[in-house]
Amino acid sequence: MADFDLIVIGSGPGGYVTAIRASQLGLKTAIVERSELGGICLNWGCIPTKALLKSAEMYESLDHLKDYGLSVEKRGFDFAAVVQRSRKVAAQLNSGVTFLMKKHKVEVIEGTARLEKGGEAPKVVVALNAGGSRTVTAKHVILATGARARTIPAIGLEPDGERVWTYREALVPKTAPKSLVVIGSGAIGMEFASFYRALGSDVTVVEMLPRILPVEDEEVSKAAHKAFEKRGIKFRVPANVKQLTKTKSGVSLEIEAGGKAETLAADVAIVAVGIVGNVEDLGLEALGVKIDRTHVVTDGHGATGVPGLYAIGDVAGPPWLAHKASHEGVHCVEHIAGLKPTNLSSPIPGCTYTTPQVASVGLTEAQAKEQGLEPKVGRFPFRVNGKAIAAGELDGFVKTVFDGKTGALIGAHMIGHEVTEMIQGFTLAMTLEATEAELQATVFPHPTMSEAMHEASLDAYGIVLHI
Amino acid sequence: MSIDVLMPALSPTMEEGTLAKWHVKKGDNVKSGDVIAEIETDKATMEVEAVDEGVVEDILIPEGSEGVKVNTPIARLAGEGEAAAPPSPPAPKTEAKAEAPAPAAKSPEPPKAEAPKPASAPAPAAAKVADGGRVFASPLARRLAEQKGIDLSAISGSGPHGRIVKADIDRAQPGQAKPAPAATPGSAPAATPTAPRQHATLEQQGIPAGSYDLIPLDGMRKTVARRMTDSFRDVPHFPLTIDLEIDGLLAARTRINALLEKEGVKVSVNDMVMKAAAVALKRVPEANASYTPEGIAMHHHADIAMAVAVPGGLITPIIRAAETKGLAQIAKEAKDLAARARDKKLKPEEFQGGTFSVSNLGMFGIKTFASIINEPQGAILSVGVGEKRPVVRGDKLEIATVMSVTLTCDHRVVDGAIGARWLEAFKALIEEPLTMIV
Repeated sequence: MADFDLIVIGSGPGGYVTAIRASQLGLKTAIVERSELGGICLNWGCIPTKALLKSAEMYESLDHLKDYGLSVEKRGFDFAAVVQRSRKVAAQLNSGVTFLMKKHKVEVIEGTARLEKGGEAPKVVVALNAGGSRTVTAKHVILATGARARTIPAIGLEPDGERVWTYREALVPKTAPKSLVVIGSGAIGMEFASFYRALGSDVTVVEMLPRILPVEDEEVSKAAHKAFEKRGIKFRVPANVKQLTKTKSGVSLEIEAGGKAETLAADVAIVAVGIVGNVEDLGLEALGVKIDRTHVVTDGHGATGVPGLYAIGDVAGPPWLAHKASHEGVHCVEHIAGLKPTNLSSPIPGCTYTTPQVASVGLTEAQAKEQGLEPKVGRFPFRVNGKAIAAGELDGFVKTVFDGKTGALIGAHMIGHEVTEMIQGFTLAMTLEATEAELQATVFPHPTMSEAMHEASLDAYGIVLHI
Repeated sequence: MSIDVLMPALSPTMEEGTLAKWHVKKGDNVKSGDVIAEIETDKATMEVEAVDEGVVEDILIPEGSEGVKVNTPIARLAGEGEAAAPPSPPAPKTEAKAEAPAPAAKSPEPPKAEAPKPASAPAPAAAKVADGGRVFASPLARRLAEQKGIDLSAISGSGPHGRIVKADIDRAQPGQAKPAPAATPGSAPAATPTAPRQHATLEQQGIPAGSYDLIPLDGMRKTVARRMTDSFRDVPHFPLTIDLEIDGLLAARTRINALLEKEGVKVSVNDMVMKAAAVALKRVPEANASYTPEGIAMHHHADIAMAVAVPGGLITPIIRAAETKGLAQIAKEAKDLAARARDKKLKPEEFQGGTFSVSNLGMFGIKTFASIINEPQGAILSVGVGEKRPVVRGDKLEIATVMSVTLTCDHRVVDGAIGARWLEAFKALIEEPLTMIV
């Protein structure tokens, strides 16, 4: 008889949400965590960075007080206090997960898990943090071990905790570096670039691909590039990183941009060149788990092909997003419990919390064309939106992509103030399989920035009202 | 007890049809096997035979009703010996179109006093469901169903609470390889797509109402419109034209027909074209192929679909495995198929499928034309008139009977070189018809 119905390995937003859902479904559940409950997301990722960025945003807004008829005598910041606040926020949420596990009667096993051949599902052998080892069995095991920053030691892209950082070191700096080079312009790279730039660092971002935020719609990338440059962030795009070396005073980064070699000097380098799945030392090879480029291969429900073993979230592949992990986890455990979850194809939004923010869901215009669709595209700039003008948040726009044949909303792309709070509207529309008719028929409250979403939906069909 | 007679599916893909004619009326005795009605689909008229015995208690769907969904009760039989029960209230009505003659509510026999009053006129077309309940479907699913002409009430939903979502509609009409092919001769741009593109009305385009007569779209017209629009829009097609000298072919035909006279068989040029096409397809098998998302289907036989003009449209009955059949056999089959096509008496399996089409407008004096691909076939041959034309032989001008043919190719399977090689093989066979039997 197995000890549990389900053992979840990893307690990030994928793992702990899965455990809660399992408990709701009446499964006796345990969760194994080697470090902190809540995983990277709320201890070293999503949440603490948002705390830092809020400080940065508030500080930056002081530059514009005069525009609003306000003034302050003396401005400044206490860097240690900014970081401390971020850690406090993380700690609060970490204890929140502890409470949730208790409430849902999920047994938390603190230690590092390893799988061995078992009965219905692989056995889980945990090297306990407190010392010793404990072997537990379950009918089902879900891997939710997450991912970590990719490093490339061969060319020096490897954190040393001092001058070369990943997100982890970048979250708890002792001081703000005078100069900073960020390698990689994805969401993580750009958020740190935005944060440190706001607090006065001289920031240069190096991107290998032809444009920054390369997964976003091209128009959004372009607008973001301009907005960041306006804030003083420098870019080398596209540029190949040849070698990162530590010097006496900092780092030296050799790059090649436009056929020309260049050496960038900075106090600190942040490496944000992607993510690799945490698939090592779990005993996966011996079980015959299929792994493709550091990610566990799964079917649509998270099954790995090894009886009783599933994988969800970052370790099961991109997009590497907390909400995608939670979503997959819930789906997987509902599937295990014999429910027929209907949410498999839900679109997954992506958000970048820079200033201005970027948010998107679904296909870009270019992707829609690549798929042979004939997209109908609408746009609406915030600069003519009443609420945006009143708030002084004129940057950015909303872009909608509809399938020209069926009218289905297939993508939405936004850049601007707090757009990360608005993208859910389009996500909900896509989940409900809305067409332009429903979006156009929806009454958006006035005055709000969300009216730009309505206008962009009208614009795609040539009936935009306020331009 | 009463037995409902249901609208039959005449083919696996049939979703609805027109109840063309009733052969029985209320009170008639029917025996199993009696023809009770005629059903018209987009391609054929079929007779419906009674399965059970009994007295016709009620005719639920009047003659001439269009868009009658498969499995809708169309009549009710009272079991033998039973008295016919009072007429039932109008059955949940399908999308009886306004122009359908004599809807049940206006039936000449008024319902008896004790019978419940019919609620009102037949349900409007918008009420999509037979049992009166609401159909839950996503907005996109509704639109796709409308565009594809799928009845939502016939679909079960896989979304939350059984809601119909896009995936259900996609499953309901998988792929393109669907029913009743039809090749239109010529590039017929007049085909009206059935998908509700946002058409301006004729009035909006300056043609006043009353200045024309409107002929309702029948099943065949809708099918021709839909299939030709889909094909012309979605299949990357190109034409290849070649001239054939057919004096040898005509001479051979005269001799063959003299031999076959006793049997009462007459071979036409078109029969010889079909035979040559089939043999050429065996010699260049790459042209006897269909594009599918899974791969290129290389057909084992040359099933030649021949376009036959019929009143109100056209249909493409098929000579199966034509490469294995002699000219006399092909001529006999073609004659029979064409005659039954004109009478709308073809069985679905006689006009569905086919690996290659032949369309001939030579009899109208058309010189060349390029037909629209008859999906999922890889190519279609358009045959023009055979006429005397000047030809240059050596440095001399001579007269020969020349016929131009055009092969329209689906570039996804039949590239230019393949099409050209097929035409080369076909030309050799036509110009030296003896080689057809080698």
